[in-house]
Formats: sequence, C-alpha cells, structure tokens
Amino acid sequence: MKHLLSTSELTRDDALLILDTATQLVTATGQGVGKLPPLRGRTVVNLFYEDSTRTRISFEAAAKRLSADVINFAAKGSSVSKGESLKDTALTLEAMGADAIVLRHHASGAANTLAHSGWISGSVVNAGDGTHEHPTQALLDAYTLRQNLRGGEGDLAGLTVTIVGDILHSRVARSNVHLLKTLGANVRLVAPPTLLPIGADTWGVETSYNLDEALEGADAVMMLRIQQERMNAAYFPTIHEYSARYGLNQARVARMKPNAIVMHPGPMNRGVEITAEVADGPQSVIVQQVANGVSVRMAVLYLMLGGSEA
Amino acid sequence: MTPTQARVVLDSADISRALTRLAHEILERTHGGEAVTLMGIPTRGVALANRLAERISEIQGAPIPVGSLDVTMFRDDLRMKPARALLPTQIPDSGIEGRIVVLVDDVLYSGRTIRAALDALSEHGRPQAVQLAVLVDRGHRELPIRADYVGKNLPTSKSESVQVQLVEHDDVDQIVIRQES
Repeated sequence: MKHLLSTSELTRDDALLILDTATQLVTATGQGVGKLPPLRGRTVVNLFYEDSTRTRISFEAAAKRLSADVINFAAKGSSVSKGESLKDTALTLEAMGADAIVLRHHASGAANTLAHSGWISGSVVNAGDGTHEHPTQALLDAYTLRQNLRGGEGDLAGLTVTIVGDILHSRVARSNVHLLKTLGANVRLVAPPTLLPIGADTWGVETSYNLDEALEGADAVMMLRIQQERMNAAYFPTIHEYSARYGLNQARVARMKPNAIVMHPGPMNRGVEITAEVADGPQSVIVQQVANGVSVRMAVLYLMLGGSEA
Repeated sequence: MTPTQARVVLDSADISRALTRLAHEILERTHGGEAVTLMGIPTRGVALANRLAERISEIQGAPIPVGSLDVTMFRDDLRMKPARALLPTQIPDSGIEGRIVVLVDDVLYSGRTIRAALDALSEHGRPQAVQLAVLVDRGHRELPIRADYVGKNLPTSKSESVQVQLVEHDDVDQIVIRQES
C-alpha cells in the first residue's frame, strides 16, 4: 500500500488486512500502552490545513507508538498564511525527508493531487479532504463495528448501519458508505431532503427522510455532526426542529436491535444531533472509537512504511 | 523440485517422542515447571507450544500457561521486504512478570528470530528467566544464541532448507530437508 486516499479504492482483502493488523497491534503493544520499533528512523509529517484536534493527535500518537519521528505542520502560523502553495510546502517537506504526509485539506481531492503530483516520493494519507473522503475514520468505524458486533473477526456481512445527519457535506459518510458496502454491510442514509445528496439513491444504499423508520432493526447508528456553519445556511428551519426530527434520543435507540451500538465521529453537539443521555449511555461506543482510531492509524502507517520502499 | 531432492528426516512418531522428551527436560530443569509459561513464536512455534503444554499438564496433572508472541515488528530485516502481515500475540492472563518464559519455535537457524523475540518479550514485562526450546537446531548461528532444549540436532548445509510440517497447518507431522536450487 503506497497511499491511502479513499476507501473506494480498498478491496475487501485490503480493508481486512488493515483491520487485522490493527487487532494484532493492540495485543502486540501490551493492550496499547507499549512502544513498538518498526518505524524507527521514518518521518511522518502531519500537514493540516484545517483545524483538527482528535485526528491530528490520533495520527501523532499512532506514529509515535511505532517509533516514527513526527513533525506537526499546522497551516495557521506557518508560511501558508504568507501565501505558500501546497506545491511549495510539499517540496519543502520532501527536501526535509518526509516518508509519509498525513494531509487534511479543505479542498476535495487535495490528497489525490499531492499523491500523484510528483512533488514528493513518500506516501500520502488522506486525513480528510473537503467534503470528499476521510478513510481512516471509516476504517476505525468498521473496526469498532467488528469489535462489538462480530467478535473482532472477519467482515461486516449482514449488519445494518444507519448513518444520520449532514450526508451532503460529510466526508465521513462518503468514506463509510464505500467501506461498509465493501465489507458486506447494509447502509441506510437518513437526512433532511436538503442534506441528502442528489443521486444518493444510486450509491447502493437505502435512503430515507424518516429517522424512526430507518432505525428499525438496525445494528448500529452513526450520528454525524451538524457543523456550525451549516446551522444558519437554511438547510433546515431551526436547530430545535432538526433535533426533534433527526436527533438521537433514548426512545429512538430503543427502535434498534437490543445490542445495537451508537457511534459518533466527534466532536459532538450534545443536545443537537444526540442527547447527553444517549452519548453517555451503555450502548454508546464513542470513546472506544477514539481509542480504536489510534490502533487503525498505526496499522495504516505500519503497512505503508514498515517494509521496504515500494 | 523433484521428490529425490526432498527427504523426510523425522516422521510423526519421531516428532512425538522428541516433544515428550522436551516436556520432561523442561520439567526437570525448571523443578516441576510451576513458574513456567510457554510462548510459541508464530506460526508453527505456537502449535508446538500447545503440544508441549498438553504433555506437561498430563505429566504434572495441572495446566500450564501458554501463549503466542509475534516478532515481526522486531526483526532486523523488516526493511528488506514489503510490510509483512502481523501474526497474533497472546499473553496468558497470568502475564510473564517473574515467570520462567520458555520460547518455543520450530527451527533454530541464524538466531535472529530469537533475538527479535527477546525484544518483543520485554514489551510485556520482566520474566525471571527466558529459555528456548526448538524442535530442530540446524546450526549456522549468526548471533550468540543457543537453545536450552533441542528436539533434534540436524547438521545442514546453508543451501538446504529445513521445513517442519505439523498437522495443525500442513495435514501431516514430518520434518523435510530440501536442496534449494
């Protein structure tokens, strides 16, 4: 694996190799506390053009647990704010010997551009590009589903996963749709008509405007964050109304299977898309998702950088 | 490869006798084996560790902890091939702290796997002692490492390959030497 740009390019075997590697890494580190040597001498650059706390920290922790050197590059306060282009920044990082660049960018397709530009020789991991994809989030979600509902082995065949919220702008949703389908799960997308992309019904998923119906018999629900900037952009009348129709509360959780799990990629708007009671409830795996994020990103970095140069 | 280039040097009964003797030697050297934890090195070392654990508990009448230890990430030749899939590490609930850990592998050759195993083990605690049991020692060490328990010493040439086949993975118990072309 040279780059990780999109979950749509992962085969079932690729995806299972990443998930299995993550599983082995958890035990190899003595339940995730130890430090492993395979990336000693490798340099991983976190190149973040957008604000992010958990994704950047998660990649940083993952790289450090594999003994890589980590350079964090936030666009704010760097020469990017003086107008430096992605190309010149990339050339600089290449000259400094980056073996992998973890890129978060506001433009859809930025990671793809960087990977195929010829500006760098190292690997590129897409850590979120515009409204396009966020593949490691989908992988950690798949890992969490498998851990809770499939005994930590194999694929997700037969599971029904309901994804709720701003599907239109969500790279998390797009990456999850590809990966969940590759792993055999059934996907239901639920959103107000204004936040469901045109043509989503051709993605091989069920779509609905009705959350109550779409939760019936589901094995898991993924709540997406309603982004502040969308709240006043007339996609829905009021936050209160959104919350009433598309917010997850205890009564709605009860519509799913008894052992169903509640997921959220964070950061949460408590009281908007999810009630505090559900977020902190027994079926919530939101904290587990964060821990699994580190393991899955370790697996991705190991598979990219752990062997000989591709 | 023609069949004449492969010869079976140990058959199923030989392997079984060797394992029984190894079980007795481990018990003798560790004074009854009460502190012993067996750690197999994947893939075939795990199957061998499980068989040894079975024999030891038959002799002693009490189960002994057995686990597996993947050494892939600790190998010194990691960068010479594309990234390799990791294999299971499973530490017994009793841990390895203060235990006599007996590493179990199928073939001892350069000693590099065992060096990696010693590093991998230290991630999980500080054993009282670490010992090594192998089914076959074929010589040609490249590091100052030796086995405490050896099922069979097999003098080989470096141009030969030694393959331990076990029912758990290969449908047959035998050890084969091949001339590599």
